[in-house]
Formats: sequence, C-alpha cells, structure tokens
Amino acid sequence: MPRLRTLIIVGVLAIFLGQVGGLVMIKAGIAEDLLKVVLLRGAKPAIEIKAEQLWKIGFLPITNTLLTAWIVVLFLIGLAYMATRRMALIPSGLQNLMEAVVEGLLGLAVGTAGEKEGRRFFPVIATIFLFIVVANWFALLPVFNAIGKLEPLGAEKKEFHEESVVYKESGLALIYPGAETLSVEEPELSACSGLSGHEKTECQDEARAQAIEVAREEKGLKADEKTAIIAPYLRSMNTDLMSPMSFAIASAIFVEYWGISALGFFAYAGKFFNFSKLAKGDPMGVIDFFVGILEFIAEIARLISFTFRLFGNMLAGEILLLVMTFLIPFLLALPFYGLELFVGAIQAFVFAMLTLVFGALAVAGHGGHEAEGHAQEPSGAVAAH
Amino acid sequence: MDLAIIVPVLLALTDDSMRFIGAGVAIGVGSFGPALGIGWLVSKAMEALGRNPEAQPVIQTNMILGIAFAEAIAIYALVVAVMIGFVF
Repeated sequence: MPRLRTLIIVGVLAIFLGQVGGLVMIKAGIAEDLLKVVLLRGAKPAIEIKAEQLWKIGFLPITNTLLTAWIVVLFLIGLAYMATRRMALIPSGLQNLMEAVVEGLLGLAVGTAGEKEGRRFFPVIATIFLFIVVANWFALLPVFNAIGKLEPLGAEKKEFHEESVVYKESGLALIYPGAETLSVEEPELSACSGLSGHEKTECQDEARAQAIEVAREEKGLKADEKTAIIAPYLRSMNTDLMSPMSFAIASAIFVEYWGISALGFFAYAGKFFNFSKLAKGDPMGVIDFFVGILEFIAEIARLISFTFRLFGNMLAGEILLLVMTFLIPFLLALPFYGLELFVGAIQAFVFAMLTLVFGALAVAGHGGHEAEGHAQEPSGAVAAH
Repeated sequence: MDLAIIVPVLLALTDDSMRFIGAGVAIGVGSFGPALGIGWLVSKAMEALGRNPEAQPVIQTNMILGIAFAEAIAIYALVVAVMIGFVF
C-alpha cells in the first residue's frame, strides 16, 4: 500500500497531465470546446419536472418514477424477508440492524403519542418513514438519471424540448464528454391561434417541425446525426408530484380515521364545526365556530404543504445534482451527495413525525391539546436519526 | 426622462427576460422569511437547551419539526421559481 504522500503527488500529476492533454487536443483541432474537454463535461442536462413515460400497458402509462417505486417496494420486501428468516432471540447482523430501526421508530411513536396510541400509529408511521427514506437514498445510486431511452426531438410531442443532444445513431448511443447540443427556439405560434381543434394541432406541429429544421441547418447537422433527449429509465420516486401527493392523501386519511375511531364521528366533527356554545345561546360561540372553521381549512392546507415539502426538496436536490455534475463532473457533485443523503433522511423523518403529531392531536379530546408522554424521554428515538 | 434611454430598456424587457427575473425574485424574496424564521427557532431552542440539557431529545425533536414547517414555505417559493423558469 503506497504511502499517502505518493498517492497525492501521483493524483495531482494525473489531473495536471489530463488538462495538458486536453489543451493539446484543442490545439490539434480535434476537440472544439476547451471547457468541455478539460472538465470532461457531458451534455447539458434537460431538466424536466414531469415524469417521463417509458411504456404503456393498455391504458396505464408506466413512468420512470413508477418503475423506481416498484423496485423500492421489492427491495423493502426483500429486506424484511432477509431480516426475519432464522430469527434468533439475540439478534445479529441484518436482524440486529432492523430491530434497532424498528425500536427507534417505536420509541418515537410512543414518546409522542403515548403508549396505547403510539403502538396503534406505529405501522403507518414506520411505513411512511422507511418507504420515503429508502426511495430517497436509492436515487443517489449512479444509474439514476443517467441511463435511459433516447426520445428523438420531434414535433408531434406536446412538450417541445428546446435543448437536445446530437448523437450518431448506433447500437448503444453513448453521450460522450463534449457532446454537442442543439438549441431550438420555440417558434411563434401566433399564426395558429385563429384555428381550433385538429387544425390547430397540425398547424402547431408544422411550426415546430419548421423550427427544428431551421436549427438543424444552422448547426450544419448531417442526416445521420440525430438529436434526442434522454428519458432516464430510473428516476427518484419523490420527484414526481404524484408520489408525495399519494403519501399526503394517505396520511390525511389515516389521521381522520384515527380521530373518528377514537372519538366517534360526531365528537370528531364537533371539533371543526363547533356549535356547542352557540347551541346554549352564548354569543361567544361565534368565535369558537370560526376557530373550528379555520382548523378545518388548516387540515385541507396540510395536504398541500405535505406534498410540496417533500416534492420541492426532492426535485430541488435532483436538479442540484444534475447541474453540479454538469459543471465539474464527479468532484463538484460530491458535497451535494452528502447534502442529499441528509435531506432525504430528514424529509422522511419530518413526514412521519408530522403525521404522528397530527394523529396524536386528532385523537386528543376537545381542549386536550397536550400530547401525553412528553415527560417521558423517548429512548434513543431521536439519536437513531 | 429621455426617450433615448427609456425605449431601449423597454425593448430589452422581453418575455423571456421577465421570466428569468421573476424566477430569480421568487426564490430570492421567498427564502428571506423562512431563513429568519429558522434562525429564530434554532436560537430559542439553543436557549432552552442551555437552561435544561436533560430535555434534549424533546427539544431537538420539536425543533426539527418547527424547522420543517418553516422550510416548507421556502420550498413553496422554490417550486414556484422552478415552475416559472421551466414550465411557463
């Protein structure tokens, strides 16, 4: 094992020689863009908010985020199976790790919601936490957002991509460092505003095809140089708006269910539509009534806030990683991978914790807003995260 | 003011440039409030921690919860900025 100093010297020399080699290539006229070759930059990332559809089974579109979600589910099932076969009273290995995780989450649930309710809430909380954290961490694997289908830049597509990569058609089209990109300007569609329906679509398609032709000619592309966008096969599950929304809706349904099953439907509804004081003729009841309505609106707004907190964090993280990898590949992305690990875990924890807290509030009686068990210190609950 | 100054400026304010300005302002102004909020929150949590170090798990859990709420507002601003920049 060579010494550290030797390693550092060799590393620095290698990078330096790489840069010199890049400069030589520029001088010899082989490579065009200095920065792209010296920094080994790939093509500019095409950032897309909507999940790309890969295939269609009947009427059901399979997007790359759906594929990732299935893989995560299979992974979790496999993990559970591997951890629980040949269970020993004194755990070791994977079983030990899983028991620590479960114990930590149970301590969290019990510490926040009390002994009885905590155990009742635990399965949902633990599922939310584990699913979200594993999905977020999976997305940091190298194959994500990198390997995918090439979607040719075409006019028929409803979304018109303005940036695409130029590649020569072959069996496996590799986008190499320094690949050229083609920028197409969104054409003026004002000429089509007079028409409607089928004619309008045709007119718009023609305008876009025209724009692509013009851009290709300007760049001087030959016929065998195609242009395409990469639609990755695997993409982080929570970057698709549908996934955080599903979690938020499920969480809201469970919170309402816990509230109703603990207090009864009319007592629980009475929290929001508070007619108790009004019914007795007390004019102060109007305030109570309005506070109840506000709490009801807050319940609805929680759906939106849950969704966008998780979605925004994950989307911002993905865009950040893509852009940083484009700027200085591998090196600049490293600290941001650390940030993504942290943020992925924190967002999962926050989602589970908020569901827990709102569940605990929902089962508390009227006016009993103090969650029990706060005095009891949850053992290792927070330290586990 | 002089027409020769106003007209070029107004001509330079294209649709695209306004879009970029909008995206920048959305995230810039939008993250100001949450940053202040999180700073206050954490400072109060530190104070509480200093007074009563034994309550550390409770304080820390509730602090993380509060930070997540405050951060959500900044995330809304970020989502709007990304939407302005890439969708509209």
